[in-house]
Amino acid sequence: MMNTISIAQNNSKKKIKEFFATGIPLFSAYVLIGLIFLLLAHFIWHGMPGLSWEFLTESPRNNNTEGGIFPAIYGTVILVFIMSLLGVPIGTATAVYLSEYAKQSSIFARAVRFGVNTLAGVPSIVFGLFGVGFFMQFIGKGIDTATGSEIWSKPSLLWSAATLSVLTLPVVIVSVEEALRTVPQELRAASLALGATKWQTIWKVVLPNSLTGILTGSILAIGRGAGEVAPVIFVGAVYSLPELPNSLTDQFMHMGYHIYVLATQSPNAAEALPLQYASTLVLLLLAFSLNLTAGLIRMRIRKQQS
Amino acid sequence: MPEFVRKKRPKKQVIIELLAEWGIRITASFSIIVIFLIFIFVFREAGGLIFGTAKELKPKVEKKVSEADIVKPEVYNPETGEIEKIKEKETKKKKDSKKISIWENIAGSVWQPVGKEPKYGIFPLLVGTLKVTFIALLLATPLAIFAAIYTAFFAKKSLREWIKPIVEILAGFPSVVLGFFCLVTIVRGVNLITTFLQPALDGLAQGIGFILPFAKQFFQEALTISEFHYSAFVGGIGLGLAVIPIIFTITEDALSAVPKSYREASLALGATEWETAFNVMLPAALPGVVAAVLLGIGRAFGETMIALMATGNAALISWNMFHPIRTLAATIGSETGEVQWGSLHYNILFFLGILLFVVSFTINAITELFVKKYLAKKFQGA
Repeated sequence: MMNTISIAQNNSKKKIKEFFATGIPLFSAYVLIGLIFLLLAHFIWHGMPGLSWEFLTESPRNNNTEGGIFPAIYGTVILVFIMSLLGVPIGTATAVYLSEYAKQSSIFARAVRFGVNTLAGVPSIVFGLFGVGFFMQFIGKGIDTATGSEIWSKPSLLWSAATLSVLTLPVVIVSVEEALRTVPQELRAASLALGATKWQTIWKVVLPNSLTGILTGSILAIGRGAGEVAPVIFVGAVYSLPELPNSLTDQFMHMGYHIYVLATQSPNAAEALPLQYASTLVLLLLAFSLNLTAGLIRMRIRKQQS
Repeated sequence: MPEFVRKKRPKKQVIIELLAEWGIRITASFSIIVIFLIFIFVFREAGGLIFGTAKELKPKVEKKVSEADIVKPEVYNPETGEIEKIKEKETKKKKDSKKISIWENIAGSVWQPVGKEPKYGIFPLLVGTLKVTFIALLLATPLAIFAAIYTAFFAKKSLREWIKPIVEILAGFPSVVLGFFCLVTIVRGVNLITTFLQPALDGLAQGIGFILPFAKQFFQEALTISEFHYSAFVGGIGLGLAVIPIIFTITEDALSAVPKSYREASLALGATEWETAFNVMLPAALPGVVAAVLLGIGRAFGETMIALMATGNAALISWNMFHPIRTLAATIGSETGEVQWGSLHYNILFFLGILLFVVSFTINAITELFVKKYLAKKFQGA
């Protein structure tokens, strides 16, 4: 008798426990998903009305209450383009090392891995300081004293792109390495068996077969780089420019920085709000379309593999 | 046998091979080199401070009337002697303040880098950063971990494949967009609900005070809504949004990495699905969860744009979570652009950068060396 009662009590206690133990995770997951959809809906709802062809192709007018953000879009696109030119080759080479040459146990390989992971965790503002300290004050000043010019030690498109390429390096490395690992071992074995050297195998067999992976890495890096503001605040981004940048040493307008300045330092923030939402939506669309493309390519690679 | 002897490769090929391998090795070392370069060059720019060579450059003339100017007319006396006395006092004061070393200045409790007597006390910045990080983690951690538990153990496979990419969308939000969201929307939401939230918070403080009498005053202070719009709480919400995807993804990975045999064994012993999840799988993946939270802390600690836009940027020291704060990263972000190159202020901003770098490096080293090793050891042979 006693036993059955205690079991029954235990059961009801267990029921309550079960209710919470399964309910809270379920609730959290749906709250999280709901939050994300709310955020997306919020930006689409407020951003759509301001979005138009003129907005994408014109310069800002009248304190950013009219006109568009073309110079900012242009600056951002050029910036991430130069960034990927600088960063993707280095990232790809590092990934090739990690996947093709490194032995798991070698200290150097472990150090490289540690370096990559550490780099991924460094706050973006520190990269900004690094850009000032290394690219502008060291390399730029060095070039200036060597050539007698004065343009290289100033904030510029080039130094911003270089700073961002360092910041996005881990993104490239991780996704290219993943792609390299999906190249079947048989292909390498076949190539080596036909008498190709290791480098020939990598160059002619492995890399062409992971081209989509390299593309994914670059796209992800661009998506990340386009949204980063903190590193470029002091190495080249400016709030407004009379004309578009046309050399590496020019400064540039940047979408994220534009949103930041407009939101915090604008004299008529309320009036500029609709266009600000529109700029935010453009930045979001840019980042998401890149991430989505990369995600789809990745999914295809994974499906092919399995 | 001699027919099978391998032909020697042409010399050119061998050289290319060597060049390629070493080229790649050297390029691969770039990531390590950059870590050192960051450290060296951020240090170098802070060097004036560390080696004591920094000079206090004359601050630019401020348009704002400084305190001393306001005080003077009030104590003005037609007798000339009086004025001189006051001036003497002032110069004396200045001399006294000069005696305070740079390091004492840095250890101070006031951050006021512009003015006649700049004060570079980083204590309020540290307090602010820790406070907002704490709030962000307090909000994000339970939500992210429970959602990860649901995704890893309770959700159907088809649903699981949807949840992960959706959370990755949140990870793809540029931080300036989240900052903008805090600045415009969350702040209004918080101000709206605070009006009827205060009694609830008071009740909460009373309740906690009842259980922990010694902490009563602290909680009463911490949970009092202030008239400030932007606060550590608003910033904490924004940082929480930025941190959730990190904690969620790493936790989910760690939970999924626990060998299936653990689950099967637990179920075979008669445990239910949720008992297995909470008593077997979660403890087994605990180091991974710890790593997730640590990396989340690292992200929140160094996040710039959200902190810059949503926390009010006033270097106050208080326990109140509805007071504005100023974080280390936001200070660097807002002041480095305008500071004179090579000045003491400039050096100190880079010094703050070193602090951020060291903290992120340490957190990463702990997760890399300690947590991952522990995980590997645990599941080896499983």
